[in-house]
Amino acid sequence: MSVALNVFTIAAVSFGAFFFLAGTVGLLRFPDTLTRLHALTKADNLGLGLIMLGLLPHVAWPFGALKLIAVWVLVLVASASASQLIARKVRDT
Amino acid sequence: MREFLLYAAGFVLAMVALGLVRILRGPDDADRMMAAQLLGSGGIAVLLLSAGGGLPAADVALVLALLAAFASVAFVKSGDVARANKSESEEGK
Amino acid sequence: MNVELVFSLGLALLILAVAGFVIVARGSFAAIVGFVAFGLMLSLAWMGLSAPDVALTESALGGGVTGALLLGACARLRRASDVEETLGLVGRGAALVLCLGVTTGLVGVVLCLPDPAPTLAPVAKQSLASTGLGNAVTATLMVYRALDTMLEKVVLLLALVAVWSLAPDRFWGGRPVFGSRQEKGGPLSFLARVLIPIGILVGIYLFWVGADAPGGAFAGGAIIAAMGILGFFAGVSAVPAVSAFRLRVALAAGVAVFLGVGLAGLAAGTGFLTYPENFAKPVIVLIEVAMTLSIGVTLALLVVGPPGESFGP
Repeated sequence: MSVALNVFTIAAVSFGAFFFLAGTVGLLRFPDTLTRLHALTKADNLGLGLIMLGLLPHVAWPFGALKLIAVWVLVLVASASASQLIARKVRDT
Repeated sequence: MREFLLYAAGFVLAMVALGLVRILRGPDDADRMMAAQLLGSGGIAVLLLSAGGGLPAADVALVLALLAAFASVAFVKSGDVARANKSESEEGK
Repeated sequence: MNVELVFSLGLALLILAVAGFVIVARGSFAAIVGFVAFGLMLSLAWMGLSAPDVALTESALGGGVTGALLLGACARLRRASDVEETLGLVGRGAALVLCLGVTTGLVGVVLCLPDPAPTLAPVAKQSLASTGLGNAVTATLMVYRALDTMLEKVVLLLALVAVWSLAPDRFWGGRPVFGSRQEKGGPLSFLARVLIPIGILVGIYLFWVGADAPGGAFAGGAIIAAMGILGFFAGVSAVPAVSAFRLRVALAAGVAVFLGVGLAGLAAGTGFLTYPENFAKPVIVLIEVAMTLSIGVTLALLVVGPPGESFGP
């Protein structure tokens, strides 16, 4: 059982790290501020979500896990709105 | 498992560092506003991975999420003033 | 090589690099962004040093409130004169040399400490049981060094009065102009309505949990201050006038309650700022409630600035 959980953690965290890599590559290579913002927000948040998923088996259940999920939802909502704000600022320039 | 998580944390930290280099160099002020986003998601990922999801880390992650959103708003709002002042001084000339 | 060592080294180098960037950055905005990044990275370092309380306060203050404060100051400076920055290369070089000197000195002192380093931590932990608290940091702040904590709050109040005194005479007692009333329904409005209740809840939770786990009044108050500033930014709450009575009550509450408890200890005959035996924790919590409120309001007002004519942000 714990072997399966460990494999799950390693897989999820690896995928999450991969998405962070993808986001950073986008950040470095995209030509425009808006496209860079898009890469940063989408890929990094997805990476964070996968990493969160991978860490769930290792935290105290229920409150530790609920707290982690709450952190991720908060980051999602906050970065969605914040990236909208930044994009509007860039567009209005 | 702990070693693997630390490797992952180091990897994500490297991604954050690369992204930070790109963002802070960015020719425009608009690029730099994204720094809060990058540090928010990336920083939380590094934090949770290096702590293995333990409980004090979850609280700090929560605070980081809130603060990243707040910092983004502060950056965007002060960009407003910079632009307003710049356009005012240009009109005055 | 040990993974932990590599990770810590990488983090330390990154922090130094960001600090270097802050010094050489062109333009105040870039430097302030770098400073906020520095603060957030530093809180990661504090976590690595097993100091979650410091990490919490560092991210809340250094990452959030101080960043907003600097941005506001930068905006005011830009308005006052069109000069971008006045510190030339020589000035910056001198600052760099000075900082390097202080850092080298500190590193030298730490590396020359005897092994094991002298510390009061075991003594602090021994007396924890009698205070009724579980967190040694909170015990140090509120019990062993309560006088220092009270005086810090007084200093915070004095700083606020100093900021207020910058207002031109005709605006004294008026409203500071900060934030804007704009787009009802834009993303900023949405973000504020979602984030502020959650943030206030987190602030209260941090203060409450600080008795036994990392947290405490200061971190909780700083989060609440950040949420208040967010409300002003988004226009969902109006900046109160400086002379408002309830505002001044909220500001004074922390120091007042602290002082009251201290004098009560004096009246009970056990000495200034002593807590009753076996009843310490409720008294401490009472002080912390007032302190959290005061700290939140004071920090938010510090960022908002003195009352005056309109200039933004």
